[in-house]
Amino acid sequence: MSEEYIVDVENMTIRFNLASEKVDNLKEYFIKLIKHELMFQEFLALKDVNLKVRVGEAWGLIGINGSGKSTLLKAICGILKPYRGTIRTVGTIAPLIELGAGFDMNMTARENVFLNGTVLGHSRKFMQEHYDEIIGFAELENFQDVPIKNFSSGMQARLGFAIATMVKPDILVVDEILSVGDYQFQQKCYGRMNEMLQGGTTLLYVSHDINSVKDLCDHAIWLDHGVVKMSGPVEEVAAEYMSENR
Amino acid sequence: MAAMFERINVLIQYKDLLRELVVRDVKLKYRRSFLGYLWSILSPLLIMIVMTIVFSQMFDRGIDNFPVYLLTGSALFEFVNSSTHMAMYSVLDNSALLKKIYVPKYIFTLAKITSSMVDLVFSMGALLLVMLVTRAHFSLYMLLIPVVVIQIYLFACGLGFLLSAANVFFRDVQYIYNAFTTAWMYLTPIFYPIEMLDKMEWVRWIITHLNPMYYYIQHFRDLVLYGRFTEPVIFWGGWLFSFVVLFVGLFVFKKTQDKFILYV
Repeated sequence: MSEEYIVDVENMTIRFNLASEKVDNLKEYFIKLIKHELMFQEFLALKDVNLKVRVGEAWGLIGINGSGKSTLLKAICGILKPYRGTIRTVGTIAPLIELGAGFDMNMTARENVFLNGTVLGHSRKFMQEHYDEIIGFAELENFQDVPIKNFSSGMQARLGFAIATMVKPDILVVDEILSVGDYQFQQKCYGRMNEMLQGGTTLLYVSHDINSVKDLCDHAIWLDHGVVKMSGPVEEVAAEYMSENR
Repeated sequence: MAAMFERINVLIQYKDLLRELVVRDVKLKYRRSFLGYLWSILSPLLIMIVMTIVFSQMFDRGIDNFPVYLLTGSALFEFVNSSTHMAMYSVLDNSALLKKIYVPKYIFTLAKITSSMVDLVFSMGALLLVMLVTRAHFSLYMLLIPVVVIQIYLFACGLGFLLSAANVFFRDVQYIYNAFTTAWMYLTPIFYPIEMLDKMEWVRWIITHLNPMYYYIQHFRDLVLYGRFTEPVIFWGGWLFSFVVLFVGLFVFKKTQDKFILYV
Protein backbone atom coordinates (compact mmCIF):
# COMPACT_ATOMS: atom_id res chain seq x y z
CA MET A 1 0.00 0.00 0.00
CA SER A 2 2.77 2.39 0.94
CA GLU A 3 4.01 2.26 -2.65
CA GLU A 4 1.48 4.84 -3.77
CA TYR A 5 2.83 7.54 -1.47
CA ILE A 6 5.58 9.66 -2.96
CA VAL A 7 6.39 11.27 0.37
CA ASP A 8 5.74 9.20 3.46
CA VAL A 9 6.65 10.74 6.80
CA GLU A 10 5.80 8.53 9.73
CA ASN A 11 5.86 9.54 13.39
CA MET A 12 8.83 11.76 12.76
CA THR A 13 10.48 13.69 15.56
CA ILE A 14 13.31 16.13 14.99
CA ARG A 15 15.42 17.04 17.95
CA PHE A 16 17.86 19.89 18.42
CA ASN A 17 20.22 20.26 21.31
CA LEU A 18 20.03 23.85 22.46
CA ALA A 19 22.71 23.49 25.12
CA SER A 20 25.58 22.30 22.97
CA GLU A 21 24.70 24.53 20.11
CA LYS A 22 26.66 27.36 21.64
CA VAL A 23 29.80 25.36 22.35
CA ASP A 24 31.97 25.78 19.31
CA ASN A 25 35.40 26.05 20.84
CA LEU A 26 37.55 23.70 22.81
CA LYS A 27 37.89 25.90 25.90
CA GLU A 28 34.17 25.99 26.53
CA TYR A 29 33.89 22.32 25.73
CA PHE A 30 36.41 21.34 28.39
CA ILE A 31 35.04 23.76 30.96
CA LYS A 32 31.56 22.35 30.47
CA LEU A 33 32.91 18.82 30.45
CA ILE A 34 34.57 19.39 33.82
CA LYS A 35 31.58 21.15 35.29
CA HIS A 36 29.32 18.38 33.93
CA GLU A 37 27.34 20.93 32.02
CA LEU A 38 27.55 19.20 28.70
CA MET A 39 24.04 18.12 29.22
CA PHE A 40 21.27 18.02 26.86
CA GLN A 41 18.73 20.76 26.70
CA GLU A 42 16.52 19.18 24.19
CA PHE A 43 14.21 20.97 21.88
CA LEU A 44 11.80 19.10 19.68
CA ALA A 45 11.29 21.08 16.50
CA LEU A 46 8.81 18.50 15.25
CA LYS A 47 6.88 16.00 17.31
CA ASP A 48 5.38 12.83 15.85
CA VAL A 49 4.60 14.34 12.50
CA ASN A 50 2.77 12.25 9.94
CA LEU A 51 2.47 13.31 6.35
CA LYS A 52 1.43 11.13 3.48
CA VAL A 53 1.50 12.62 0.02
CA ARG A 54 0.30 10.89 -3.13
CA VAL A 55 1.76 11.47 -6.58
CA GLY A 56 0.51 14.65 -8.16
CA GLU A 57 -0.87 16.23 -5.03
CA ALA A 58 0.04 19.77 -4.02
CA TRP A 59 0.48 20.33 -0.31
CA GLY A 60 0.70 23.69 1.38
CA LEU A 61 2.51 23.93 4.69
CA ILE A 62 1.06 26.64 6.88
CA GLY A 63 1.67 27.87 10.39
CA ILE A 64 3.15 30.81 12.22
CA ASN A 65 6.89 31.56 12.31
CA GLY A 66 8.89 28.93 14.14
CA SER A 67 6.21 26.27 13.84
CA GLY A 68 8.51 23.84 12.04
CA LYS A 69 7.48 24.25 8.42
CA SER A 70 10.99 24.71 7.09
CA THR A 71 12.31 22.00 9.37
CA LEU A 72 9.83 19.58 7.87
CA LEU A 73 10.91 20.54 4.36
CA LYS A 74 14.57 20.11 5.29
CA ALA A 75 13.87 16.66 6.67
CA ILE A 76 12.05 15.68 3.47
CA CYS A 77 14.98 16.96 1.36
CA GLY A 78 17.35 14.81 3.42
CA ILE A 79 19.25 17.70 4.99
CA LEU A 80 18.14 16.90 8.52
CA LYS A 81 18.01 13.39 9.84
CA PRO A 82 15.00 12.41 11.96
CA TYR A 83 15.62 11.59 15.60
CA ARG A 84 12.73 9.14 15.63
CA GLY A 85 10.43 7.91 12.91
CA THR A 86 11.01 7.45 9.21
CA ILE A 87 10.87 9.42 5.98
CA ARG A 88 10.53 7.78 2.61
CA THR A 89 10.54 9.66 -0.64
CA VAL A 90 10.35 8.35 -4.16
CA GLY A 91 11.98 10.04 -7.13
CA THR A 92 13.92 13.25 -7.59
CA ILE A 93 13.48 16.28 -5.36
CA ALA A 94 14.15 19.79 -6.62
CA PRO A 95 14.30 22.36 -3.85
CA LEU A 96 13.90 25.99 -4.81
CA ILE A 97 16.71 27.25 -2.71
CA GLU A 98 16.92 30.67 -1.19
CA LEU A 99 18.40 33.53 -3.11
CA GLY A 100 22.05 33.12 -3.83
CA ALA A 101 22.55 29.98 -1.75
CA GLY A 102 23.70 27.99 -4.73
CA PHE A 103 25.37 30.79 -6.61
CA ASP A 104 28.93 31.99 -6.62
CA MET A 105 28.73 35.76 -6.87
CA ASN A 106 32.07 36.09 -8.65
CA MET A 107 31.10 33.87 -11.53
CA THR A 108 29.05 34.72 -14.55
CA ALA A 109 25.46 33.68 -15.16
CA ARG A 110 26.65 31.07 -17.63
CA GLU A 111 29.08 29.50 -15.15
CA ASN A 112 26.49 29.59 -12.40
CA VAL A 113 23.95 27.72 -14.48
CA PHE A 114 26.36 24.81 -14.67
CA LEU A 115 27.45 25.09 -11.05
CA ASN A 116 23.93 25.28 -9.70
CA GLY A 117 22.66 22.58 -12.04
CA THR A 118 25.32 20.14 -10.92
CA VAL A 119 24.60 21.03 -7.29
CA LEU A 120 21.08 19.80 -7.99
CA GLY A 121 22.58 16.55 -9.22
CA HIS A 122 22.31 17.01 -12.97
CA SER A 123 25.08 16.14 -15.35
CA ARG A 124 27.00 18.74 -17.31
CA LYS A 125 25.73 17.34 -20.56
CA PHE A 126 22.15 17.64 -19.39
CA MET A 127 22.71 21.28 -18.45
CA GLN A 128 24.26 21.99 -21.82
CA GLU A 129 21.15 20.69 -23.54
CA HIS A 130 18.84 22.88 -21.47
CA TYR A 131 21.03 25.97 -21.23
CA ASP A 132 19.17 28.08 -23.79
CA GLU A 133 15.84 27.18 -22.25
CA ILE A 134 16.98 28.36 -18.81
CA ILE A 135 18.40 31.65 -20.03
CA GLY A 136 15.26 32.17 -22.09
CA PHE A 137 12.91 31.63 -19.17
CA ALA A 138 14.97 33.87 -16.89
CA GLU A 139 15.05 36.55 -19.62
CA LEU A 140 18.79 37.04 -19.21
CA GLU A 141 19.90 36.66 -22.82
CA ASN A 142 21.90 39.90 -22.71
CA PHE A 143 23.61 39.21 -19.39
CA GLN A 144 24.98 35.70 -19.85
CA ASP A 145 28.61 36.63 -19.26
CA VAL A 146 28.13 39.17 -16.48
CA PRO A 147 29.21 38.16 -12.96
CA ILE A 148 26.02 37.75 -10.98
CA LYS A 149 27.22 39.99 -8.16
CA ASN A 150 26.17 42.76 -10.57
CA PHE A 151 22.66 41.32 -10.91
CA SER A 152 19.63 42.70 -9.14
CA SER A 153 17.98 40.38 -6.63
CA GLY A 154 15.08 39.90 -9.04
CA MET A 155 17.44 38.76 -11.78
CA GLN A 156 19.10 36.29 -9.43
CA ALA A 157 15.73 34.95 -8.31
CA ARG A 158 14.70 34.48 -11.93
CA LEU A 159 17.83 32.55 -12.72
CA GLY A 160 17.41 30.39 -9.62
CA PHE A 161 13.81 29.61 -10.42
CA ALA A 162 14.60 28.84 -14.05
CA ILE A 163 17.31 26.35 -13.12
CA ALA A 164 15.28 24.57 -10.45
CA THR A 165 12.17 24.15 -12.56
CA MET A 166 13.81 23.41 -15.86
CA VAL A 167 13.66 19.70 -15.26
CA LYS A 168 10.42 18.09 -14.34
CA PRO A 169 11.26 16.86 -10.85
CA ASP A 170 9.03 14.32 -9.14
CA ILE A 171 8.81 16.52 -6.07
CA LEU A 172 9.15 20.30 -6.13
CA VAL A 173 9.87 21.97 -2.81
CA VAL A 174 9.20 25.70 -2.62
CA ASP A 175 9.99 27.64 0.53
CA GLU A 176 8.74 31.19 0.44
CA ILE A 177 10.89 32.52 -2.35
CA LEU A 178 8.42 34.00 -4.75
CA SER A 179 8.10 37.22 -2.78
CA VAL A 180 11.06 38.58 -4.75
CA GLY A 181 10.70 39.42 -8.38
CA ASP A 182 8.16 41.69 -9.99
CA TYR A 183 4.49 40.90 -10.44
CA GLN A 184 4.92 39.80 -14.02
CA PHE A 185 7.60 37.28 -13.14
CA GLN A 186 5.62 35.99 -10.18
CA GLN A 187 2.74 35.26 -12.51
CA LYS A 188 5.14 33.48 -14.83
CA CYS A 189 6.40 31.38 -11.91
CA TYR A 190 2.88 30.45 -10.81
CA GLY A 191 2.17 29.56 -14.41
CA ARG A 192 5.19 27.29 -14.56
CA MET A 193 4.27 25.67 -11.25
CA ASN A 194 0.72 25.02 -12.40
CA GLU A 195 2.06 23.56 -15.60
CA MET A 196 4.29 21.21 -13.63
CA LEU A 197 1.41 20.19 -11.40
CA GLN A 198 -0.60 19.30 -14.45
CA GLY A 199 2.33 17.22 -15.64
CA GLY A 200 2.19 15.12 -12.49
CA THR A 201 4.79 16.80 -10.29
CA THR A 202 4.14 16.73 -6.57
CA LEU A 203 4.43 20.09 -4.85
CA LEU A 204 5.32 21.01 -1.29
CA TYR A 205 4.75 24.69 -0.78
CA VAL A 206 5.46 26.94 2.18
CA SER A 207 3.99 30.40 2.25
CA HIS A 208 2.49 32.94 4.61
CA ASP A 209 0.26 34.12 1.84
CA ILE A 210 -2.74 31.92 2.48
CA ASN A 211 -4.35 32.94 -0.80
CA SER A 212 -1.51 31.61 -2.91
CA VAL A 213 -1.65 28.39 -0.92
CA LYS A 214 -5.35 28.12 -1.71
CA ASP A 215 -4.70 28.82 -5.37
CA LEU A 216 -1.89 26.34 -5.87
CA CYS A 217 -2.54 23.53 -3.43
CA ASP A 218 -5.24 20.94 -3.01
CA HIS A 219 -4.13 19.80 0.46
CA ALA A 220 -2.63 21.56 3.43
CA ILE A 221 -0.95 20.69 6.69
CA TRP A 222 -1.05 23.09 9.59
CA LEU A 223 1.85 23.00 12.02
CA ASP A 224 1.84 24.63 15.41
CA HIS A 225 4.95 24.46 17.61
CA GLY A 226 6.09 21.29 15.96
CA VAL A 227 2.79 19.46 16.18
CA VAL A 228 0.38 18.79 13.36
CA LYS A 229 -2.73 20.70 14.24
CA MET A 230 -4.71 19.72 11.21
CA SER A 231 -4.19 18.23 7.79
CA GLY A 232 -6.48 17.55 4.89
CA PRO A 233 -8.13 19.35 1.98
CA VAL A 234 -6.86 22.89 1.63
CA GLU A 235 -10.24 24.64 1.99
CA GLU A 236 -10.99 23.15 5.40
CA VAL A 237 -7.52 23.64 6.85
CA ALA A 238 -7.22 27.17 5.51
CA ALA A 239 -10.61 28.13 6.88
CA GLU A 240 -9.76 26.78 10.31
CA TYR A 241 -6.35 28.45 10.23
CA MET A 242 -7.83 31.80 9.29
CA SER A 243 -10.46 31.70 12.02
CA GLU A 244 -7.85 30.79 14.62
CA ASN A 245 -5.51 33.60 13.68
CA ARG A 246 -8.03 36.33 13.45
CA MET B 1 28.86 -4.11 0.36
CA ALA B 2 25.61 -2.79 -1.12
CA ALA B 3 26.09 0.43 0.85
CA MET B 4 29.50 0.87 -0.75
CA PHE B 5 28.13 0.48 -4.27
CA GLU B 6 25.44 2.97 -3.35
CA ARG B 7 28.14 5.47 -2.32
CA ILE B 8 30.11 4.97 -5.48
CA ASN B 9 26.94 5.56 -7.48
CA VAL B 10 26.35 8.83 -5.66
CA LEU B 11 29.92 9.93 -6.36
CA ILE B 12 29.44 9.15 -10.05
CA GLN B 13 26.20 11.13 -10.05
CA TYR B 14 27.95 14.14 -8.57
CA LYS B 15 31.23 13.88 -10.48
CA ASP B 16 30.21 16.81 -12.68
CA LEU B 17 29.68 18.93 -9.58
CA LEU B 18 33.19 18.06 -8.43
CA ARG B 19 34.44 19.12 -11.82
CA GLU B 20 32.55 22.41 -11.74
CA LEU B 21 33.86 23.21 -8.28
CA VAL B 22 37.46 22.51 -9.25
CA VAL B 23 37.13 24.55 -12.45
CA ARG B 24 35.63 27.40 -10.43
CA ASP B 25 38.53 27.43 -7.97
CA VAL B 26 41.14 27.36 -10.71
CA LYS B 27 39.34 30.03 -12.74
CA LEU B 28 38.71 32.41 -9.86
CA LYS B 29 42.19 32.12 -8.43
CA TYR B 30 43.83 34.13 -11.16
CA ARG B 31 40.88 36.09 -12.49
CA ARG B 32 41.89 39.73 -13.03
CA SER B 33 45.59 39.04 -12.64
CA PHE B 34 47.78 40.03 -15.54
CA LEU B 35 49.93 36.93 -15.78
CA GLY B 36 47.19 34.51 -14.77
CA TYR B 37 48.12 30.85 -14.60
CA LEU B 38 51.76 31.73 -15.16
CA TRP B 39 51.85 32.66 -11.46
CA SER B 40 51.45 29.01 -10.55
CA ILE B 41 54.88 28.45 -12.09
CA LEU B 42 56.42 31.83 -11.26
CA SER B 43 55.51 31.91 -7.60
CA PRO B 44 57.34 28.70 -6.59
CA LEU B 45 60.27 29.82 -8.75
CA LEU B 46 60.54 33.17 -6.96
CA ILE B 47 60.36 31.54 -3.54
CA MET B 48 62.95 29.00 -4.64
CA ILE B 49 65.35 31.77 -5.74
CA VAL B 50 65.04 33.60 -2.43
CA MET B 51 65.45 30.44 -0.39
CA THR B 52 68.42 29.31 -2.48
CA ILE B 53 70.20 32.62 -1.92
CA VAL B 54 69.54 32.46 1.82
CA PHE B 55 70.10 28.80 2.57
CA SER B 56 72.49 27.40 -0.02
CA GLN B 57 75.48 28.86 1.87
CA MET B 58 74.32 27.28 5.10
CA PHE B 59 73.53 23.77 3.94
CA ASP B 60 75.49 23.47 0.75
CA ARG B 61 77.66 20.62 1.96
CA GLY B 62 76.07 17.31 1.12
CA ILE B 63 73.49 18.64 -1.34
CA ASP B 64 74.41 18.39 -5.03
CA ASN B 65 71.74 20.44 -6.65
CA PHE B 66 70.27 22.76 -4.04
CA PRO B 67 67.59 24.43 -6.22
CA VAL B 68 66.13 21.08 -7.25
CA TYR B 69 66.49 19.70 -3.72
CA LEU B 70 64.58 22.67 -2.37
CA LEU B 71 61.90 22.72 -5.02
CA THR B 72 61.09 19.00 -4.73
CA GLY B 73 60.56 19.44 -1.01
CA SER B 74 58.70 22.72 -1.06
CA ALA B 75 56.36 21.77 -3.93
CA LEU B 76 55.03 18.74 -2.05
CA PHE B 77 54.87 20.51 1.29
CA GLU B 78 53.18 23.53 -0.20
CA PHE B 79 50.55 21.25 -1.75
CA VAL B 80 49.71 19.56 1.55
CA ASN B 81 49.82 22.86 3.42
CA SER B 82 47.57 24.87 1.14
CA SER B 83 45.18 22.06 0.22
CA THR B 84 44.47 21.06 3.80
CA HIS B 85 44.13 24.67 4.92
CA MET B 86 41.55 25.26 2.21
CA ALA B 87 39.82 21.95 2.89
CA MET B 88 39.50 22.89 6.55
CA TYR B 89 37.03 25.64 5.62
CA SER B 90 35.26 23.68 2.90
CA VAL B 91 32.24 22.60 4.93
CA LEU B 92 31.85 25.91 6.79
CA ASP B 93 32.13 28.02 3.65
CA ASN B 94 29.32 26.12 1.99
CA SER B 95 27.04 26.15 5.00
CA ALA B 96 24.43 28.32 3.26
CA LEU B 97 24.11 25.71 0.56
CA LEU B 98 24.17 22.72 2.89
CA LYS B 99 21.25 24.17 4.85
CA LYS B 100 19.10 24.38 1.76
CA ILE B 101 19.74 21.32 -0.31
CA TYR B 102 21.05 17.82 0.01
CA VAL B 103 24.54 17.48 -1.47
CA PRO B 104 27.14 14.92 -0.39
CA LYS B 105 29.21 17.13 1.90
CA TYR B 106 32.56 15.53 1.17
CA ILE B 107 32.36 16.80 -2.42
CA PHE B 108 33.39 20.28 -1.24
CA THR B 109 36.39 18.97 0.68
CA LEU B 110 37.42 16.77 -2.21
CA ALA B 111 37.11 19.72 -4.60
CA LYS B 112 39.51 21.87 -2.57
CA ILE B 113 42.17 19.15 -2.42
CA THR B 114 41.76 18.49 -6.13
CA SER B 115 42.07 22.12 -7.14
CA SER B 116 45.29 22.40 -5.13
CA MET B 117 46.40 19.34 -7.02
CA VAL B 118 46.13 21.35 -10.23
CA ASP B 119 48.56 23.83 -8.68
CA LEU B 120 50.94 21.02 -7.80
CA VAL B 121 50.97 19.93 -11.43
CA PHE B 122 51.80 23.51 -12.45
CA SER B 123 54.64 23.68 -9.96
CA MET B 124 56.00 20.50 -11.55
CA GLY B 125 56.44 22.75 -14.58
CA ALA B 126 58.60 25.04 -12.46
CA LEU B 127 60.61 22.04 -11.32
CA LEU B 128 61.15 20.93 -14.89
CA LEU B 129 62.38 24.40 -15.80
CA VAL B 130 64.86 24.46 -12.92
CA MET B 131 66.09 20.98 -13.83
CA LEU B 132 66.75 22.12 -17.38
CA VAL B 133 68.57 25.26 -16.26
CA THR B 134 70.72 23.44 -13.70
CA ARG B 135 71.37 20.62 -16.20
CA ALA B 136 70.06 17.98 -13.83
CA HIS B 137 70.07 14.36 -14.89
CA PHE B 138 66.77 13.08 -16.28
CA SER B 139 66.11 9.41 -15.62
CA LEU B 140 63.36 6.98 -16.54
CA TYR B 141 62.49 6.72 -12.86
CA MET B 142 60.74 10.05 -13.23
CA LEU B 143 57.91 8.14 -14.91
CA LEU B 144 57.05 6.88 -11.41
CA ILE B 145 56.25 10.38 -10.15
CA PRO B 146 52.46 9.70 -10.35
CA VAL B 147 52.90 7.07 -7.61
CA VAL B 148 54.09 9.75 -5.16
CA VAL B 149 51.42 12.12 -6.37
CA ILE B 150 48.67 9.56 -5.72
CA GLN B 151 50.08 8.78 -2.28
CA ILE B 152 50.19 12.42 -1.26
CA TYR B 153 46.75 13.09 -2.75
CA LEU B 154 45.16 10.34 -0.66
CA PHE B 155 47.01 11.60 2.39
CA ALA B 156 45.83 15.19 1.86
CA CYS B 157 42.24 13.99 1.32
CA GLY B 158 42.28 12.11 4.61
CA LEU B 159 43.73 15.05 6.50
CA GLY B 160 41.30 17.41 4.78
CA PHE B 161 38.27 15.31 5.80
CA LEU B 162 39.49 15.19 9.37
CA LEU B 163 40.13 18.94 9.57
CA SER B 164 36.93 20.05 7.85
CA ALA B 165 34.83 17.90 10.18
CA ALA B 166 36.73 19.00 13.29
CA ASN B 167 36.48 22.66 12.30
CA VAL B 168 32.69 22.45 12.24
CA PHE B 169 32.57 21.57 15.92
CA PHE B 170 35.60 23.43 17.24
CA ARG B 171 36.70 26.59 15.47
CA ASP B 172 39.93 26.48 17.48
CA VAL B 173 41.20 23.93 15.02
CA GLN B 174 42.06 26.74 12.61
CA TYR B 175 44.54 28.33 15.01
CA ILE B 176 45.96 25.08 16.29
CA TYR B 177 46.52 23.86 12.76
CA ASN B 178 48.26 27.10 11.77
CA ALA B 179 50.82 26.62 14.52
CA PHE B 180 51.01 22.93 13.76
CA THR B 181 51.89 23.40 10.10
CA THR B 182 54.64 25.87 10.96
CA ALA B 183 56.25 23.34 13.28
CA TRP B 184 55.63 20.64 10.71
CA MET B 185 57.46 22.63 8.04
CA TYR B 186 60.59 23.00 10.17
CA LEU B 187 60.44 19.33 11.09
CA THR B 188 60.49 18.34 7.44
CA PRO B 189 63.78 18.24 5.58
CA ILE B 190 62.75 20.75 2.92
CA PHE B 191 65.75 23.07 2.87
CA TYR B 192 68.19 21.11 5.03
CA PRO B 193 69.56 17.58 4.66
CA ILE B 194 68.30 15.03 7.17
CA GLU B 195 71.92 14.14 8.01
CA MET B 196 72.22 17.53 9.67
CA LEU B 197 70.16 16.17 12.54
CA ASP B 198 72.57 13.30 13.32
CA LYS B 199 73.54 15.00 16.55
CA MET B 200 69.93 15.33 17.66
CA GLU B 201 69.10 11.70 17.67
CA TRP B 202 65.52 11.95 18.96
CA VAL B 203 64.43 14.71 16.57
CA ARG B 204 65.72 12.67 13.72
CA TRP B 205 63.90 9.62 15.02
CA ILE B 206 60.62 11.53 15.17
CA ILE B 207 61.00 12.82 11.63
CA THR B 208 61.95 9.52 10.05
CA HIS B 209 59.27 7.55 11.89
CA LEU B 210 56.31 9.85 12.38
CA ASN B 211 56.44 12.51 9.66
CA PRO B 212 54.64 11.33 6.53
CA MET B 213 56.01 14.27 4.56
CA TYR B 214 59.53 12.89 5.06
CA TYR B 215 58.44 9.71 3.28
CA TYR B 216 56.80 11.46 0.32
CA ILE B 217 59.59 13.99 -0.16
CA GLN B 218 62.30 11.34 0.16
CA HIS B 219 60.45 9.18 -2.36
CA PHE B 220 60.06 12.12 -4.74
CA ARG B 221 63.72 13.12 -4.47
CA ASP B 222 64.89 9.59 -5.07
CA LEU B 223 62.96 9.53 -8.34
CA VAL B 224 63.76 13.06 -9.53
CA LEU B 225 67.07 14.07 -8.02
CA TYR B 226 68.94 10.83 -7.51
CA GLY B 227 67.41 8.82 -10.35
CA ARG B 228 66.82 5.60 -8.44
CA PHE B 229 64.04 3.53 -7.02
CA THR B 230 63.36 4.46 -3.43
CA GLU B 231 63.94 2.18 -0.45
CA PRO B 232 61.15 -0.29 0.36
CA VAL B 233 60.64 1.33 3.79
CA ILE B 234 59.96 4.72 2.22
CA PHE B 235 57.74 3.22 -0.49
CA TRP B 236 55.51 1.07 1.73
CA GLY B 237 55.64 3.49 4.64
CA GLY B 238 54.22 6.17 2.34
CA TRP B 239 51.31 3.96 1.32
CA LEU B 240 50.69 3.02 4.94
CA PHE B 241 50.50 6.67 6.03
CA SER B 242 48.21 7.50 3.09
CA PHE B 243 45.70 4.79 3.80
CA VAL B 244 45.70 5.12 7.57
CA VAL B 245 45.12 8.88 7.39
CA LEU B 246 42.54 8.47 4.63
CA PHE B 247 40.54 5.92 6.59
CA VAL B 248 40.70 7.88 9.83
CA GLY B 249 39.58 11.00 7.96
CA LEU B 250 36.73 9.24 6.19
CA PHE B 251 35.63 7.53 9.37
CA VAL B 252 35.48 10.74 11.40
CA PHE B 253 33.76 12.61 8.58
CA LYS B 254 31.15 9.91 8.07
CA LYS B 255 30.46 9.59 11.80
CA THR B 256 29.89 13.30 12.30
CA GLN B 257 28.45 14.56 9.02
CA ASP B 258 24.79 14.26 10.02
CA LYS B 259 25.43 16.70 12.85
CA PHE B 260 27.15 19.33 10.68
CA ILE B 261 23.89 21.04 9.94
CA LEU B 262 23.35 21.82 13.63
CA TYR B 263 26.71 23.57 14.00
CA VAL B 264 27.47 25.36 10.73
